[in-house]
Amino acid sequence: MQMFRNRKTRSLAYQVAFLVILALVVFGAVHEASRKLAAQGMTSGFDFLYKSTGFRIGFSLVPFDPFESYLQMLWVGIANTIFLGILSIILANIVGLVIASFRISSNGVLNDIGTLYIETFRNVPLILQALFWYAALTHLPPTKQAYSLFDAIFLSARGMFVPSLNVGGQWFAAVALALLFGLSVLAWFSMSRRFRRVKNRGTLQFVMAGLTLAAMVGILAYAREPGSDIFSVPELRGLNFRGGITIPPELSALAIATAIYGGAYIAEVIRAGFQSVGKGQVEAARALGLSSWHVFSRVHLPLAIRAVLPTLINQYVWLFKATTLGIVVGFADFFSVISVSINQSGQTLELIAILMAGFLIMNNTLSFVLNRVNKAIALKGTQLRT
Amino acid sequence: MTAVSDMNTPRQTLNVGFRPDGLATRLRRRYFRTPANALISLLGMAALLYLAYHALDWAVLKAVWSSPDGTSAVCRDIAGACWAVIQQRWRIIIFGLFPYDEQWRSMLACVVMVVTIVLSCLPWFWKPLRLSILWCAGFIIFYVLMRGGLFGMRAVMPADWGGLTLTVFLYAAGVLIGMPMAIAMALLRRSEMPLVSRMTGALIDGVRSLPLVTILFTAALIFPFVLPDWLQGDKIWRVIIGFALFFAAYQAEIIRSGIQSIPVGQEEAAKALGLSYWQRTGRIMLPQAFRNALPPTINQLVITFKETSLIVIIGFFDILASGNAAYGTGEWSFAYFEVYIFVALVYFVFVFSLSRYGAYLERRMRFGQH
Repeated sequence: MQMFRNRKTRSLAYQVAFLVILALVVFGAVHEASRKLAAQGMTSGFDFLYKSTGFRIGFSLVPFDPFESYLQMLWVGIANTIFLGILSIILANIVGLVIASFRISSNGVLNDIGTLYIETFRNVPLILQALFWYAALTHLPPTKQAYSLFDAIFLSARGMFVPSLNVGGQWFAAVALALLFGLSVLAWFSMSRRFRRVKNRGTLQFVMAGLTLAAMVGILAYAREPGSDIFSVPELRGLNFRGGITIPPELSALAIATAIYGGAYIAEVIRAGFQSVGKGQVEAARALGLSSWHVFSRVHLPLAIRAVLPTLINQYVWLFKATTLGIVVGFADFFSVISVSINQSGQTLELIAILMAGFLIMNNTLSFVLNRVNKAIALKGTQLRT
Repeated sequence: MTAVSDMNTPRQTLNVGFRPDGLATRLRRRYFRTPANALISLLGMAALLYLAYHALDWAVLKAVWSSPDGTSAVCRDIAGACWAVIQQRWRIIIFGLFPYDEQWRSMLACVVMVVTIVLSCLPWFWKPLRLSILWCAGFIIFYVLMRGGLFGMRAVMPADWGGLTLTVFLYAAGVLIGMPMAIAMALLRRSEMPLVSRMTGALIDGVRSLPLVTILFTAALIFPFVLPDWLQGDKIWRVIIGFALFFAAYQAEIIRSGIQSIPVGQEEAAKALGLSYWQRTGRIMLPQAFRNALPPTINQLVITFKETSLIVIIGFFDILASGNAAYGTGEWSFAYFEVYIFVALVYFVFVFSLSRYGAYLERRMRFGQH
């Protein structure tokens, strides 16, 4: 007993006990699970992933038909989740910027509109808003009486029909990659200190922008299916539209709901960021005779972005998780694909393990990337004084 | 005497110069400072008035409030809202599938829970003992009322609970179980034993990076596999444990940040006085941590209330699902707008008052005595 007077020994003993209890719980759970699986005559393992599903999916970025395997279906779900997540973050950001600018403007009415917006949409659960928009979109007129805009964009209960280019989906991805690459190089040029002193920085940026544009047009021109028009415009044939791109109401409902709901949160974060910039900084900039645009773009905005970015990153990660509502409206996101697979194959434990691993990887990647961005632009040392 | 009046006069005269601006001045400064500003103000006001007029016209002036014969025929040819759907179906929205004759119990239970929540907002109850007595009492009354089987009340299984009462129950139970879990997790994560703190940290971070839906889903599906039969209980309890775990993971981080914002000297002084770990934690650290972390805690409680709605996905009949059911019959299927607005209003009342209360607390703390 004398031994236990020693703090180190005691701490070691506690930890060993902790580990033993943990191991016992885990062992008990595994034992119980294997006993029940054996009783139900189930085989565990991941072989089922290669079986065909016999299931149809409404919207998928990756081509999918019912003969394909569970593995393929999971990929479809992951692609859909990432697509919807990124789309929602972008839309919510736009909404958030607009509402935040209302909230911080010097005009009283705009302030009131911003406040009204935030208090309305932030206080109603996202899932309710998603269901509402889904109900509203599916109660639109049928395809025959669809609302049309310039005879090119149609809005009906079956979804939104918009014109597209006559190129395969993988080429769109290539164009998006080219755009992303071009933009990041441009951002690098303008941000990095290494290029501060390069003389013809403007020309360099101009050339880079031109190259990006040329690459995008080039890819599209190369990829166009020979003998077809450049644009594919939706046309009513029988009961449905042909050509163009169909945006199903499931996707639109989720995107609208998260844009509106997430926008309200992001607006508050951005507003707080602008208000956290020290008054002295802005006043000093004015006292130096900078124009009000320069005060905003060179002093207020850069400081505000750096102040909000950590919070904004959390908000993005949270929004990404919040989009996992596909199952309530029938959008095949990762979660609903897993849920369907569990119902169909009965491989509960394996599929839940995949679900958790998938979300852990996606979310940690997202926050890792965003935190790197934050680190790269953070002010060093004592610069961030208010 | 003169000395006293001399001391008093400067104070009175000082106030004279700072007369607050009149309402007209303040309004002008807020809305019509410059011509461009006035133009934007007028346009914005016009847009708001237009919206408000149409909303009023739809929701009140042209609305149908009740249906005498109980069918949707009264709403056939109207341009306004059909509130008759609420008048006809409010019972299913509020009580779900609870047996018709026993719905007074569900009503009473809901009121008891709401009163418990409101009472725990009063500072008088902010003592660990009072708070735990209040919550245990409220919870037991709620459970007895809902479950029945005692005092001659018919037993109603949790599978038949629904509507607003289920939402409130889930929230209260999740927070009640989650809060002690959160405190334990925060303390374990701060532990000096690397193994314990690492493990707790991994658990907290893992839960925080998963969507709530997946946690609930896992709780509903995995527990039947890994728990022995005698430990399983009803499905609702498994989901509540999942919900509490999710709440606890977020709340633990909030408490931990509250603890970290306490000056180090506090704990060192407590150690120097020879207080034990539990005395230090219970008497010195946690009370201050809770005070520091009050605003984010209220925020988390608000978010948690909204997130109870995700339980529909696991197949529970909460207020959102019962709202879906209320307009889901062929007869009322056109009235989705009215039903969703009604459900949204119910959520709004809860969430908005909670967040206003949070704002009040923040103001109170700013002027606070400490």
